[in-house]
Amino acid sequence: MMLQGENILKQYHHKGGVINALDHVSFTVEKGDFVTVTGPSGSGKSTLLLSIFGLIRLSSGTIVFDGRRIDNINDRQLTAIRKISVGYILQGFALIPYLTTIQNVMIPLALEKVPGKEQVKRASEILDYVGLADRMEHLPGELSAGQQQRVAIARSIVHRPKIIMADEPTGNLDPSLSLEILDFLKKINQENNITIMMVTHSPVAAEYGTRKLHLNDGRIIKS
Amino acid sequence: MTISKLVFIELWKRKSQLITGLLAITLGIAVIVAIQSVSVVSEQNVARNLDNLGANILVLPQGASIDDYYTSDIDAPTLPMDYVERILNSTIAGVDNMSPKLTRRVKVGDQSVVLTGILPKSEIASKPLWQTSGLTGAQLTTACAPNKTANISHGLEDEKLKRKAIDTLYSDDCLAGSQVANRLKLRVNGRINIMGKEFKVVKILPETGTVDDDRVFANLKDVQKLLKIENQVSAIEIMGCCNAISEGLLSQLRNILPDTRVTTIGQIVSTQIETNHLMKKVTLVMLIIIFFVGGISIGNYIWANVNERKREIGMLRMMGADRSAIYKMFLLKALILGVAGGILGYLSGTLAGVVLGPYLAGIIVKPVFIYLLWSVLFSVAIALAGSLFPTYLAARFDPHTNLQED
Repeated sequence: MMLQGENILKQYHHKGGVINALDHVSFTVEKGDFVTVTGPSGSGKSTLLLSIFGLIRLSSGTIVFDGRRIDNINDRQLTAIRKISVGYILQGFALIPYLTTIQNVMIPLALEKVPGKEQVKRASEILDYVGLADRMEHLPGELSAGQQQRVAIARSIVHRPKIIMADEPTGNLDPSLSLEILDFLKKINQENNITIMMVTHSPVAAEYGTRKLHLNDGRIIKS
Repeated sequence: MTISKLVFIELWKRKSQLITGLLAITLGIAVIVAIQSVSVVSEQNVARNLDNLGANILVLPQGASIDDYYTSDIDAPTLPMDYVERILNSTIAGVDNMSPKLTRRVKVGDQSVVLTGILPKSEIASKPLWQTSGLTGAQLTTACAPNKTANISHGLEDEKLKRKAIDTLYSDDCLAGSQVANRLKLRVNGRINIMGKEFKVVKILPETGTVDDDRVFANLKDVQKLLKIENQVSAIEIMGCCNAISEGLLSQLRNILPDTRVTTIGQIVSTQIETNHLMKKVTLVMLIIIFFVGGISIGNYIWANVNERKREIGMLRMMGADRSAIYKMFLLKALILGVAGGILGYLSGTLAGVVLGPYLAGIIVKPVFIYLLWSVLFSVAIALAGSLFPTYLAARFDPHTNLQED
């Protein structure tokens, strides 16, 4: 088992009372799974995605990743796990605007302190893999939305993570580009055996999942 | 790619922001360097001019007043001649010249005259007004070297070095003040009998408007023998560096001459000390203002930069950048701004001093290279101090804030 969540509770305290963003959620993810997490707005999808590797701290519950309990470790240890084992893809791409395509892709390698030449080699290979070999020196602003998301995907896999966490990766794309990106994620999942956990509100995107979680009001109502 | 390279690329790609960020710190440093460059030279000029006025420290016997010294009463206290040696053998810096003297009021016929024993070699140097008398001898060397950190290109010469000291004043010779010469109708090569000893008047001194006009000067050894006060003097006049006086020369002298009264010839020294203190205060006030203005300005710039790059910071934290990486990103940027601001500030301040110095203060200013080091250090301190809090906040950002903005 790659990832397991058990009785995950995330509460937000407001003046009006307590809101359970995640209400005793439990799930398991096997290596190589393509998990889609669906649900209406405010159902807790993104909260679940972000809380797994400590970007949002849980109120209670346990999370085990790759055989190690990670819900009770400190920020430094969680940061190290994210750096080595996790790739993130976000709806808004989150590319650094003043860096070229290849420089953006090299960032995870820089954080791991991979030597410069190795960084260039690996980033070039990945950009070739995502079909952007001819756009390496372009700035994000000079790329289309679909190309920018492919750069973000390249950045998320360049350091060979064990799992990719994707939060609405097609949310900013038109339907044809969305399918292109989803196909690409499927390809990564199948060819590289990288586990993917993807939050989406799109039924079409949800169909790409080999396992599907559906959340409503912070609870998993279908798995 | 490294975090450092990321910082350099960001600075390079956003040059206009970089210039804005640099402006306040550069101008601040430039103002300080310009003021300091000009004030050090003018301070030195004042010091030099005041030093050139002559002796400014008086060592008197304990219990003696300055009045005693000037009235030269018969029973005025004395101090041992060895004290001159004691000062010479000490490591005290800033003593340019010493004039030990023994002074007594004596009778010449029915006239009262002040007889003063002097060591000729040291005496003339301390009396600039005598320089016109045509007395000749070797040039003095000075212990009062210019401040090593100061701008030495002031274009003025130290007149002390040019003053002549008469090498000898023979035992039968004497110098007569203009007033006493007039009163006793003395002339050059004439004779004067003091307490049974005949002196030849070798020079009538020019009028100085001081008590010296009413004195007869003879060799100290002869006067001591004549007055039967062997190895004793009434006072030691010292030409001290004004800078050294303001930095504690008097207390150093008091330490090695505990049973004496060490006093300054007030107006000369206090003017210099006040000038020095005023310039130091002005510079200090400017430094404090610039520290706060520069620090707030840099802090504001870094805070704006942090806000602009929230998503970037969030993404980096998501990808595994720890807090130290965020600190490095912004503090390195502040360091670069500090170094650049220090160098540019030094260059502009020095240029302003060199160009404006002759017009505003009538002095020639040249670059003081040690200020480059101080400018960079000060500028870096301002930049780091100003950036610390915004950087701390940046490192504390919740990474997922990034996502919520999508």
